[in-house]
Amino acid sequence: MSSFVLYTITGLGLAGLYFLLASGLSLIFGLMSVLNLAHGAFFAAGGFAAWWVMDSVTFLSPGPRFLVAIGAAALVGTVTGALVERGLIRRLYGKHVEQILLTIGLGMAAVALMGGWFGYDPRLLTQPGWFTDTTEIAGANIPNSRLLILGVAVLLLVGLMLFLSRTRHGLIIRAGVENPAMVQALGIDVARSFTIVFALGGALAGVGGALGAVYFNGISPSLGTAQLIFAFIVVVIGGLGSVPGTALAAALVALTQVYVNNYVATGLGSISVVILLALVLLIRPQGLLGKAAP
Amino acid sequence: MSVLEIEALNVWRGEAHVLHGVDLSVEPNGVTALLGRNGVGKTTTLLAVMGLLPATGSIRVDGEEVIGTPSHLIAQRGIGYVPEDREVFSALTVAENLRLAERPGVEHRYDLVYELFPDLASRPNQPAGTLSGGQQQMLAIARALLNPNRLLLIDEPTKGLAPIVVESVVEALVKATADTAVLLVEQNLWVAAELASRAVVIDEGKTVYAGDMDTLAGDPQLAGRYLGVEVR
Repeated sequence: MSSFVLYTITGLGLAGLYFLLASGLSLIFGLMSVLNLAHGAFFAAGGFAAWWVMDSVTFLSPGPRFLVAIGAAALVGTVTGALVERGLIRRLYGKHVEQILLTIGLGMAAVALMGGWFGYDPRLLTQPGWFTDTTEIAGANIPNSRLLILGVAVLLLVGLMLFLSRTRHGLIIRAGVENPAMVQALGIDVARSFTIVFALGGALAGVGGALGAVYFNGISPSLGTAQLIFAFIVVVIGGLGSVPGTALAAALVALTQVYVNNYVATGLGSISVVILLALVLLIRPQGLLGKAAP
Repeated sequence: MSVLEIEALNVWRGEAHVLHGVDLSVEPNGVTALLGRNGVGKTTTLLAVMGLLPATGSIRVDGEEVIGTPSHLIAQRGIGYVPEDREVFSALTVAENLRLAERPGVEHRYDLVYELFPDLASRPNQPAGTLSGGQQQMLAIARALLNPNRLLLIDEPTKGLAPIVVESVVEALVKATADTAVLLVEQNLWVAAELASRAVVIDEGKTVYAGDMDTLAGDPQLAGRYLGVEVR
């Protein structure tokens, strides 16, 4: 029983990371039909920003310093996302092959750039002592870092849903996911929302990278790219452009992975996720909460 | 001066040269019907005016050229667009669809919209995708009427609707279009004759008739030749 609770909370923590990476991907694809294969770079950049803050801003005690680290990761993700959209992707809307080539290249260049700067070996993140302590839940000793990751992810999920449902930008984004040309014909500059969504996706991935550095015990340039494949699976299972769908699919994918790794055989978790993807595509090709193509 | 003036409009959709020489003008008040057989390019003409398709030739709104202008800036000149197939945002509620259409800096005529379409007033929180076809059409029209526009482009507002719904949509359009210039695409000649005073017919991508609606509707030979319909 206690191991089940531990695996579940660990799985949900991993789900939080997948959600942070996948929600931006899903919105970017839903609104702009851009498959952003460089999204993993936002994740890694956020991780390194957090690592740098934890390593350098030593006049703060580790607890507050970690908050600053999360903020720095979000900021780096936001700026990177906005710059990539404004500087590069903007020229290539509607040109799918060029977009894919650009984002693949950008992802590889980013890994090399970070590798040259920080090295390819994982950098350990200084963590507040509280992170490695455990809290007893239903007889299981859960590392606090798992609870923290889960808590931050849930907070950001709620914040994202509120942003999408309560603000005018959110309204434009939700409408644009359905029909950007009609939004434009109502007199709204959809291109502004494109930048906002890239910045938002970058921010979420950046925070994901900071938390990923805790979850995976360190950050390396290729960590984001390694997680990106699972994020894409989450996006497809959840339904393109659907934030609640992405959250649900993140939980499903991460729990499947952790349960299978621990109860069946280590290493089978990733394969089982691919099988899950195949099943969803057979039974419900539009994804769990996605709309069927017209 | 005409609200909308189109000269020698040419539009390609992919490889297909759909329009090659459409000329028409829309006067500041009243409805101009844009007629023609299926597939002659009526919808394409409206899409080109909205800047949603690349075009050559000339499209002037209040005397100013708009070809090459981004769609949102064309709409901001005071053009309301009711597309074919309605294109309401199905995941958004009725109220959200209308809120999205609010253009900053002008009054929003919710009183007018809810008076014309009481059905919409009674279901603000219903997702637009679950509305009936008639209600979706009302919402699409309401979206265009919410702002005080100079010109409305309305594409087949009665397509696929039950006769009783057609009547109420026509009734609403008569009221709504009393003080605005309208370019109306309509397959149903009875509806077009009811609403429009002027008519433009395009055939094979060109303007072939521009004149009085009554003259066209009253001349079975003319209507039959251009529209392929029998007139009562």
